[in-house]
Amino acid sequence: MIEDLKGFLSVYAENWHDWGPQIYEAIWVTIQLTIASFSLAVVLGLLLAVGKLSNIGLVRGFCTAYIEIARGVPALAVLFLLYFGLVPLGIVFDAFTAGAIGLGMSAAGYIAEVFRAGIQAIHKGQREAALAVGMTPMMTFRHIILPQAIRIILPPMLNMVILLLKDTSICSLISTDELMLRAKDLAMMSFLPMHLFLLAGAIYFCLSWPLSLITRKIENLMQRGRRQTFGG
Amino acid sequence: MTGPLLQVEELHKSFGDLEVLKGVDMTLDRGHKTAIIGPSGCGKSTMLRCINYMERPTQGHIHLDGELFGETQSDGAYKPMNEKGLARQRAHVGMVFQGFYLWPHLCARDNIGIGPMKVRGISKAQANELADAMLEKVHMSHKANEFPERLSGGQQQRVAIARALAQQPKLMLFDEPTSALDPELIGEVLNVIQELAEEGRSMVLVTHEIRFAREVADHVIFLHDGVIVEEGPPKQVIDNPQHERLRAFLRQIVEH
Amino acid sequence: MDAFFTKLMTLGGPLLLGAGTTVAITISALLVAVVLGLALALIRLLNIHPLNWLIATYVEIFRNTPVLAQVFIIYFSLPYLGVNINPFPAAVIGLGLNGGAMLTEVFRAGLNAIHFGQREAALSVGMTPWMSLRYIILPQTWRITLPPLGNYAIALLKDTAVVSAIAAPEIMFWARNLVTSTFETTFVYILAALLYFCLSFPLARLVDGFERRQRAWQ
Ligand SMILES: Nc1ncnc2c1ncn2[C@@H]1O[C@H](COP(=O)(O)OP(=O)(O)OP(=O)(O)O)[C@@H](O)[C@H]1O
Ligand SMILES: [Mg+2]
Repeated sequence: MIEDLKGFLSVYAENWHDWGPQIYEAIWVTIQLTIASFSLAVVLGLLLAVGKLSNIGLVRGFCTAYIEIARGVPALAVLFLLYFGLVPLGIVFDAFTAGAIGLGMSAAGYIAEVFRAGIQAIHKGQREAALAVGMTPMMTFRHIILPQAIRIILPPMLNMVILLLKDTSICSLISTDELMLRAKDLAMMSFLPMHLFLLAGAIYFCLSWPLSLITRKIENLMQRGRRQTFGG
Repeated sequence: MTGPLLQVEELHKSFGDLEVLKGVDMTLDRGHKTAIIGPSGCGKSTMLRCINYMERPTQGHIHLDGELFGETQSDGAYKPMNEKGLARQRAHVGMVFQGFYLWPHLCARDNIGIGPMKVRGISKAQANELADAMLEKVHMSHKANEFPERLSGGQQQRVAIARALAQQPKLMLFDEPTSALDPELIGEVLNVIQELAEEGRSMVLVTHEIRFAREVADHVIFLHDGVIVEEGPPKQVIDNPQHERLRAFLRQIVEH
Repeated sequence: MDAFFTKLMTLGGPLLLGAGTTVAITISALLVAVVLGLALALIRLLNIHPLNWLIATYVEIFRNTPVLAQVFIIYFSLPYLGVNINPFPAAVIGLGLNGGAMLTEVFRAGLNAIHFGQREAALSVGMTPWMSLRYIILPQTWRITLPPLGNYAIALLKDTAVVSAIAAPEIMFWARNLVTSTFETTFVYILAALLYFCLSFPLARLVDGFERRQRAWQ
């Protein structure tokens, strides 16, 4: 048993000079992909959230439809459509761009709902602020509105980062050269799929777990704040 | 069966380092009613919850109707009873909680009927019949199909009492049944409890309603810091308290 | 117009077949995930030390790695241990294990949301712990967890797309095959996306309904 494990691990040691640099490079792509898609999702999500609350029926309708569709269609289908499906129309993205745009557009639907909840909190905060006589607008924003909005927005946002980080792996299926694709290629070349997929899994875990811990910490913190707000 | 209905011997209960009950004894004869009074945190609830083994005592023993409760004994050694045996014994003891704890997914009738149905295995029709009879006892027949969320606190507590009655218990335990109620709803619940008392049921009642205790109970226990400081007939304990602590406690209650 | 319909018929057929597989994978994996999640959440209630730790570890690992990696490990690595596995069961096991981790947390939150007095009241009328779980606690947990469960089902339905990577014959798999044989790239992928939407939209409406009813309860 111990011997088996030793043998299993020694494979990594033997191959690391070859795998190591490639894996590092791929991790970096995965991180860039996460950041790029998250940034796009935040910007697009904010626009959609504002649009969904708009007075103009057409804008509202479009944003509502977008959000529903984005939440109902798998990111992978969006990626395929962007990367392969638009080529006949003369629209060609490289794999990284298609990956970032596809994941971002897909996540934007979810982010929009998060922002909408936050915006509604601000509306409520303003009503309450009107009652809190003697506060300057700056003070009300700082002490009443902002805390409420952040409490609602921050935890799901962080969860979205984790979700996106994991979802970048599906970009391997449109040949974005990120961690999963590199692991798969190395697996095919070396005939060591178990080693490489476990390695990839472990790396994703090392990237995602700290984020999970931080998110949970913040969630707990917000909960505590909540109890203080309403507790006697 | 002769002998007392309930016997509590040398009851101790600790939560970690905190010793809440420090040796409490009591006996209750059939048809008698004992009220337990005392300041908040003195261990009244804990004592009541030890009686039906909702909490396992750290020391001491309970006998119900001559039978050792929550434990089995062989060769002088006591062993905790298994969950099945415990459930069978608990079925003889009705309990009414401060927080009602009606089950929100069941209507009033099913809240009452489900226990006998699952525990004693009676049919659904029999359970409904039983539930309706119990609802009538607590004057809640008109709300049989209502769900708990649509009932007032007083109504919920009356249904909870009916639920306990449906067990056809030998003993009823009440843990501050009116403390969570708005003042105007307390009366309806106390009325129901009084009617049960007049039927000759055996009960142990924890309450802050001193006047009610005086009227309904035939024995009053004043619990303080986990020990019984004073006990006796209500007229003696409440109208003529001996210990300074009890006097202070009663003064404070009256002021409220 | 006629050409459009012919195209729709020839391409839609295989995709619909794929949709059948997608639904089958979703339902099977959902079943695995619900049973696993509920069982593990209940075992955690018992608070047995090494088990607790094992379950928490399982949950953390599966929640912090991509489902694609999980499916790959099961599909490509089990043969390495001498176990040969087909794409369909590999997909169901991978997605099911992934969902089991998600739902363990969902059920745990649901169970913990129920006041301990509910259980005590059940014990006090003479129910055994098992009866109190069966007749009092679980029905209430169910009500609380229905919306997150529905949301999970939608996420799962969408996640099934990734098992095309191990050649499980679901929508995306058929779409890719059709593209290589017909070159109708745009049309096929739009159709595939549409198909997913048609499957998930009713579910989303259902979840909305649950959530609205839940708010009404509170
Ligand atoms: N499960 C528990 N774990 C730890 N401590 C407990 C537990 N239950 C009760 N206690 C403690 O035991 C003491 C007695 O509690 P108990 O509920 O019996 O008081 P009480 O006399 O019923 O008070 P009240 O009138 O407020 O209901 C309190 O200090 C309480 O904090
Ligand atoms: Mg109490």
